[in-house]
Amino acid sequence: MKAGFPVNKIKNKTGYLMSLPYILYFCLFIGFPLIFSFILIFHKWNIVTPMQWVGLRNFYRLFHDVQFFTSIRNTLIFLVIHIPLQIVIALFLAVILNQKIKFKGFFRALYFLPVVVSGVVVTILWQQLYAYETGLLNLLLTRLGITKIPWLTDSRWAMPSIAIMATWKNVGLYIVLFLVGLQSIPHYLYEAAEMDGARSLQQFFHITLPALNNTMVLVVILSTIGGFSLFIEPFVMTGGGPMNSTLSAMLYIYNQAFYFGHMGYAATLGFFFALIILIVVLIQKKIVERKD
Amino acid sequence: MKKAIIYILLIIGGLMFAYPFLWMISATFKPEVEIGSIGLWSSNFGLHNYMAVFQKIPIGRAFLNSIFVSACVTLSVILFGSIVGYALSRLNFFGRDFLMGVILFTMVIPFQITLIPMYILMVKFGWVDSYMALIVPSMISSFGILLFRQFFMDIPQDLIDAAKIDGCNDLQILFRLIYPLSKPVIITVGIITFMSSWNDVLWPLIVIRLQKLMTLPQLVTIFAVGGQAEGQLGAQLAAATLLAVPIILVYAFFQRYFIESMATTGLKS
Repeated sequence: MKAGFPVNKIKNKTGYLMSLPYILYFCLFIGFPLIFSFILIFHKWNIVTPMQWVGLRNFYRLFHDVQFFTSIRNTLIFLVIHIPLQIVIALFLAVILNQKIKFKGFFRALYFLPVVVSGVVVTILWQQLYAYETGLLNLLLTRLGITKIPWLTDSRWAMPSIAIMATWKNVGLYIVLFLVGLQSIPHYLYEAAEMDGARSLQQFFHITLPALNNTMVLVVILSTIGGFSLFIEPFVMTGGGPMNSTLSAMLYIYNQAFYFGHMGYAATLGFFFALIILIVVLIQKKIVERKD
Repeated sequence: MKKAIIYILLIIGGLMFAYPFLWMISATFKPEVEIGSIGLWSSNFGLHNYMAVFQKIPIGRAFLNSIFVSACVTLSVILFGSIVGYALSRLNFFGRDFLMGVILFTMVIPFQITLIPMYILMVKFGWVDSYMALIVPSMISSFGILLFRQFFMDIPQDLIDAAKIDGCNDLQILFRLIYPLSKPVIITVGIITFMSSWNDVLWPLIVIRLQKLMTLPQLVTIFAVGGQAEGQLGAQLAAATLLAVPIILVYAFFQRYFIESMATTGLKS
């Protein structure tokens, strides 16, 4: 239709005009940094003096950087403790909250409270809870007649302690996600199971868990991405110690860039680390989804 | 019987999440020597820890900085998110699906890869130690755009056509017709953006070194890490409490919106 043509054209123009903010933003703050990171990884640079081409030497250095691989290992240790702990606790509390009970909203709001508070607050608070002589946790343990735990001062305990704290902080969010998942399971499934005489534990493993598969994928991926950006907790609590046991990859990259001023090398680390994140998340997605 | 067990478990859970906060608040009023105790009460409650914080760091200024930065970021994410979301859901133009693909792609990129180049960009723009560095890089969010787009897709075309016949242009349709219908999505995007902006520490630590420009979480971090607290636990906890209280107050009034927003975001990503 001839008459329709100009109208379409006008629509076109507004479409572009209204998308323009994003296009500008993309070019400046996503496209350019991405391209620039490709340039940086082949250079040595401290921002002040001119850039210096070093070819693949940043990668050579990376593969011989014991501290960087320690930091990756630490981050993975964090994830391996944090994710299962989080799933078990979140699922447990979500199933309880999903029963017919009073004050459901109140408890849900209470469990969610640490999610809205800044990680800095949680870290400063838990630093006191973990204190060896005067911390709340060790005081409780002593009351119960158990020996005190060197939460943050022993290199074997420090990272698990941070993982426990992170679980406490984030678990409310995952409770809410599991609750949404639980509420979407059709009720007739349980009724059918009850007629077959299945006990509640059997029902949980044969109906509830499989039905929560999508939520599970989401929870695993969200907490993995969150865990890979672990930074402020060790930065405030331990500075990466004792003996580098809580040096997370993000903290190491931060130190390389903003403490030592190695911009090119830090960009290389960031680039490599981002690749690792993508690979881990893709593998997780494959594994968790296949269980279906 | 079963009910009783459930309530006991719920209350134990509740104590595990609430008690540390109560303990922190009570500790901020205790003298230093009494902080290492399990109970909440002390007969020597006082304001000395808060006085120390206000004396040592410009925490009032940091509070205003944080409010200003988070408000600018949130308003901008809502404004641009809705405009771009409208274009992507309601207008036909060549390349729209490609643009949509680009936005989805950017959400997959880990921020670790662009962090260093972004900092260098800030240096080159001369934005280090200015509000610009805190605000401009967060003014648009792919996520906000996607939430708006999804919401706008469900608005009946008849409404929009009627407004067009009345002579409204697309911006008028968006602001006069669609905005009043879009409270849920505006609240969701607003809460999530405000919260993540208010709580962000890594980026301020990188681009702000001047104490008077620091955001609240950044200043509290520096106070706790940088030795200004001189090892005073009470003062550190008081600073942390001052950082926590505003968001807890907002949360207390709007907790349903907070929880629902975070849940929908989780499910849609």
